[in-house]
Amino acid sequence: MHNKTGKIAIMAICVIVGIMLSVQYRTSESYGTNLRTSRVDDLTAANSALLKENQALSEEVVELREKLANVSSESQLNQDLQAELRKSNLAAGLTAVTGPGIIVTLNDNPQVLQPGEDPNAYLVHDSDILSIVNEIKASGAEAISVNNQRIVAMSEIRCAGTTILVNWNKIGPPFVIKAIGNQQLLESGLTIKGGKLEELKTFGLQTQLARSDNIEIPAYTGALKFQFSTPKQK
Amino acid sequence: MWWITLLCLALGLFIGYQLPIFLPASMVQYVSIGVLAALDSVLGGIRAFMEDSFDTTIFITGFFTNSLLASALAYFGDKLGLELYLAAVVVFGVRLFQNMGIIRRYLLKKY
Repeated sequence: MHNKTGKIAIMAICVIVGIMLSVQYRTSESYGTNLRTSRVDDLTAANSALLKENQALSEEVVELREKLANVSSESQLNQDLQAELRKSNLAAGLTAVTGPGIIVTLNDNPQVLQPGEDPNAYLVHDSDILSIVNEIKASGAEAISVNNQRIVAMSEIRCAGTTILVNWNKIGPPFVIKAIGNQQLLESGLTIKGGKLEELKTFGLQTQLARSDNIEIPAYTGALKFQFSTPKQK
Repeated sequence: MWWITLLCLALGLFIGYQLPIFLPASMVQYVSIGVLAALDSVLGGIRAFMEDSFDTTIFITGFFTNSLLASALAYFGDKLGLELYLAAVVVFGVRLFQNMGIIRRYLLKKY
C-alpha cells in the first residue's frame, strides 16, 4: 500500500536528521552549553568595559609614578600639593569660579490675588528652586548659586516662614539661579517638554532663562565645621 | 514502518557521532533551528505515510525548504536584532507535538 520510494526517502532523511542531530550535539557540547548570542553580547560589553578600566588604571599608574618621582624634590611636592588643594577647593565650592553657563530667574506671579484664591499658587516655593537646582545638577553643572549663595554639598534650600533659607541665609524673590556648565545641556534640561520651567509657567510664575558666557559664582562663605565626622584611615 | 525510521535515526546518530565534522561556533544557533525544522518534517512525513497521503516530492522539498528557511530566519533575525528564530521555534515546536499526537493515535488504533 505504501510506495517504495517514499519509504526510502523517509529512511534517507531520517539518517540525515540523525547525522545533523549528533553533529550539532557534539559541536555545542565542545563549545560549552552556554553559547548563546545574548551571552556573547554580554561578554563583549564586559570585555570592552574592562579594557577601558584597564587603560584608565594604567594612566593612573603613570601619573602616580610621576608623583612618586616628584616627591623626592621637595619644591615639586609643594607644587603638587598646591595643585591638589586647588582642585579640592574647586570641588568643595571654596573658590569663586567663572565660566559659561545659564541664568534662571524666578519671580512670583504679578497678578493681584482674587478673593477666594490660594496665595500659595502665586508664590515661588523652596521645592521649585530645589527641583530646578536638582535638574541643573543632573545636566552636569559644575557650579551653582542661588541669589549668590553657592550651592555646596551640605547646602539646604528650605522654606522658613515667608522666606527661603539657602546656606542659612534668608533669600527672597526674585530668585536668580546661576549655573556654570554646558549651556546647551543645562538649557535643554530645564526647557524640556513637561519640565520644571513649563510647570512653573502654567502656574503663572515669571520665569526667565538666559545664557551668559561670563557667569561669576562666588565661593561658599559659610562655616565649615566637622563635629562628628573624621576621615577614615585607610 | 515507524520502527524502521527509528532505526535509521539511530544509524544517523551513530554515523554523525563518528564523523569528524565540527560546525563553526557562529553557525550552531542557526543549524539547531534547522534541525528542529527537519525533525518536524520527518514526523510530518511519517504521519502522512500513516494517513496514506504521502508524496515523496512534497516530503523531500518540504524537508529542505523548511530547514533552510528556519536557518535563514534565525540568521537574518540575528542580523536585524530581531529574535525571528522564535517564530520558527514556536511554529515547528507546535507542529512537532501535533504530528506526534496524530502518529500516537494511529499507532494506538493499529495495535
